[in-house]
Amino acid sequence: MIDIVINIVLLAFLAITAIAIVRMTNLFAIIMLFGIFSFLSAGLFVVMDAVDVAFTEAAVGAGISTVLMIATIALTKVQKEKHTGKHRPWLPLAVVIITGATLVYGTLDIPAFGDPEAPAQKHVAPYYIKQSIPDTGVPNVVTAVLASYRGFDTLGEVVVVFTAGIAVLLLIGGKRTKQSAIKKEREKDDT
Amino acid sequence: MDFIFSHYNYWITIFLMMVGFYIVISRGNLIKKIIGLNIFQVSAFLLYISIGAVQGGAAPIITEGVELYSNPLPHVLILTAIVVGVATTALALALVVRIKESYGTIEEDEIHEHDHSL
Amino acid sequence: MTHNLILRVISKFLIPLIILFALYVQFHGDFGPGGGFQAGVIFSSSIILYALVFGLDAAEKIIPTAILRILASLGALIYASVGIASIFSGGNYLNYSVLADTPVAGQHLGILLVELGVGITVSAVMLIIFFSFVGRSRP
Repeated sequence: MIDIVINIVLLAFLAITAIAIVRMTNLFAIIMLFGIFSFLSAGLFVVMDAVDVAFTEAAVGAGISTVLMIATIALTKVQKEKHTGKHRPWLPLAVVIITGATLVYGTLDIPAFGDPEAPAQKHVAPYYIKQSIPDTGVPNVVTAVLASYRGFDTLGEVVVVFTAGIAVLLLIGGKRTKQSAIKKEREKDDT
Repeated sequence: MDFIFSHYNYWITIFLMMVGFYIVISRGNLIKKIIGLNIFQVSAFLLYISIGAVQGGAAPIITEGVELYSNPLPHVLILTAIVVGVATTALALALVVRIKESYGTIEEDEIHEHDHSL
Repeated sequence: MTHNLILRVISKFLIPLIILFALYVQFHGDFGPGGGFQAGVIFSSSIILYALVFGLDAAEKIIPTAILRILASLGALIYASVGIASIFSGGNYLNYSVLADTPVAGQHLGILLVELGVGITVSAVMLIIFFSFVGRSRP
């Protein structure tokens, strides 16, 4: 029972934080709120027994991505979001409400939250839980599935992370060329 | 009443998803757009973990005397997705930095104006 | 930067603990929550803390970017080569059962190596990204 109460309170906090993010215009405040958002969702993952995921979300979402976003506002020197007033909020709002209503209609068929008889719980998960110790000798099923049963998948993910690192290096890793230096180069080429 | 409690998770998740979606389509600031995408992403993670949760289940670390565990498969998928997500977010932020350097702004309208004036 | 005495003292005390915790998460991931992804991120966050408090130049002296680039590719290579090793031992790609005498021991060894590769790549890539962003603000 206490699980459900914590669950509901954390989800309500998440919704409030999300609304605050929409309404704020100060980018630094938005980024800090996003850190809070990540941390709250990490707490929610713990309540839903996903300890490995919570661990990662707390380290990545609340830690590294906040640092990277702050580094970006330091680099771009943009403090506030500009409201030009040209945007009418009604069209996006209508799109969002229609999409949301469709999705809510879709959830009416979903099995109840935490139902042990739901189809998602009956497919491969019992095999993993039963066979993890005999097959691999690893008690943490998440590690066993991650590294052994779905090892090929994880190899792909590691390569994606590696590729993203290379792409960031290519985009902003090198020495910065000053605009004036580029102009000089062009003038040299012209003459 | 029971129905509301058993679907509350999904509805709030959809609400968060739509908040992220709204930020992406209605705001012009690129950093805020990326934060909107991140909110969308986190709510997708929440949806997966909600589907994998089992009432009264334990975390999927095999212990003696425990019979009921949560579904480990969504945990694996989301665990890797979070790390890949931060790597792709970093890539998007790097693009924002480069856009700022060459356009002098990160507001979508001003970038469009700049493009049209060329 | 020179006046943050409390920050400097506390972070000097904390950084070894964070690195130790990262190693614990890395090698204890089989039995408790944790694994290569988390350990990599925690390890890189310790270096990021060092860079935030003592400056980027000091952090780049500890781990030069050239070494980071090698490490990032090394991790992915370790992962892929475990798969190739299992092909040469007579199994399928990434089937660790053939790596040691018994299938369970083989699986254990394979998981350990693969998680090590994941940890190295993730920590190196996170640091590469952080250094790129912060290094960009240099004049």
